Amino acid sequence: MTPGLVLFAVCSLLCLGGAVVTVASVNPIRGALGLLTTIVGIAGLFLRLNAEFLATMQILVYAGAVVILFVFVVMLLGPTASLPRDAGRRSLYARAISGGLGAGVAVLLFALLSSSKSHDFPIVGKDHGTVEAVGRQIFQEALVPFELATVLLIVAALGAIAVARANPSKTVKKPSENPTLRLFHGPLLARDAGHPLDGRTLEERHEGNSEQRAS
Amino acid sequence: MDTTVESYMLLATAIFVIGSIGFLVRRNVLVQLMSIELMLNSVNLLLVGFNRLHTGNMAGQTFAFFIIAVAAAEVAVGLAIVLQFYRLRGGVNSDEATTLRH
Repeated sequence: MTPGLVLFAVCSLLCLGGAVVTVASVNPIRGALGLLTTIVGIAGLFLRLNAEFLATMQILVYAGAVVILFVFVVMLLGPTASLPRDAGRRSLYARAISGGLGAGVAVLLFALLSSSKSHDFPIVGKDHGTVEAVGRQIFQEALVPFELATVLLIVAALGAIAVARANPSKTVKKPSENPTLRLFHGPLLARDAGHPLDGRTLEERHEGNSEQRAS
Repeated sequence: MDTTVESYMLLATAIFVIGSIGFLVRRNVLVQLMSIELMLNSVNLLLVGFNRLHTGNMAGQTFAFFIIAVAAAEVAVGLAIVLQFYRLRGGVNSDEATTLRH
């Protein structure tokens, strides 16, 4: 029972348990916390695989940005973010596909376990997975994709702002034509202004009064 | 067990299948986006695991790095679309996204 095996077992359990909680929870907040558990477990597995830089990036980007974004949206939507449990069922088609996937995993698992040859990891090199090594690879062989990734992130941020922004023509209210109503836009409800509750707004009452004066 | 690539392959496959089943079966848009994240994470794990077989070569970890960047962009745009969908339909049920059906 080496420490590496203990780390692998603990992180695997974290990953699988978190994934099941993410998929099975009715409340999306619990789903986001399950996703966080999975992400932390995968970061631990990255450490076991000597990928220190990627473990750091995993915690920074996923746990620090993605899960927080999910939690923000769930809290913004409020109680409507979770559907009731009995809000209809999936079609037979989707269930068949998902069941076929599960069966495929069982077949793959059997094939892997029955194969006698297993590929052991070699002795790790001195700088495998460090920031220096990954950075050298990125900036020597993948410089153009790296710059394209920066462009992608900027475009995605702008797109997210453009998509999520509320429609301005619906939210901005046109000012009233009446100068008195433009000046005194205090209590618009009749109840707040001390008037009897006749169900009319201030503008309707104003128009009604002018009609009465005209007649 | 923790020094063979097969165990990591099994674990990554299990996480990927859990994510894909969640994407197919659940109807909450938020949970479906989280399932997509699960699948992306499992592929990252597989890439890093295979990269460990070739010590000194960082191509797999570079791929995983770019996948993380693309996943962050995808989540930002996806959650913005979820917000607009909520404004349009008043809910997060993905079965109600039927505007393009007719």
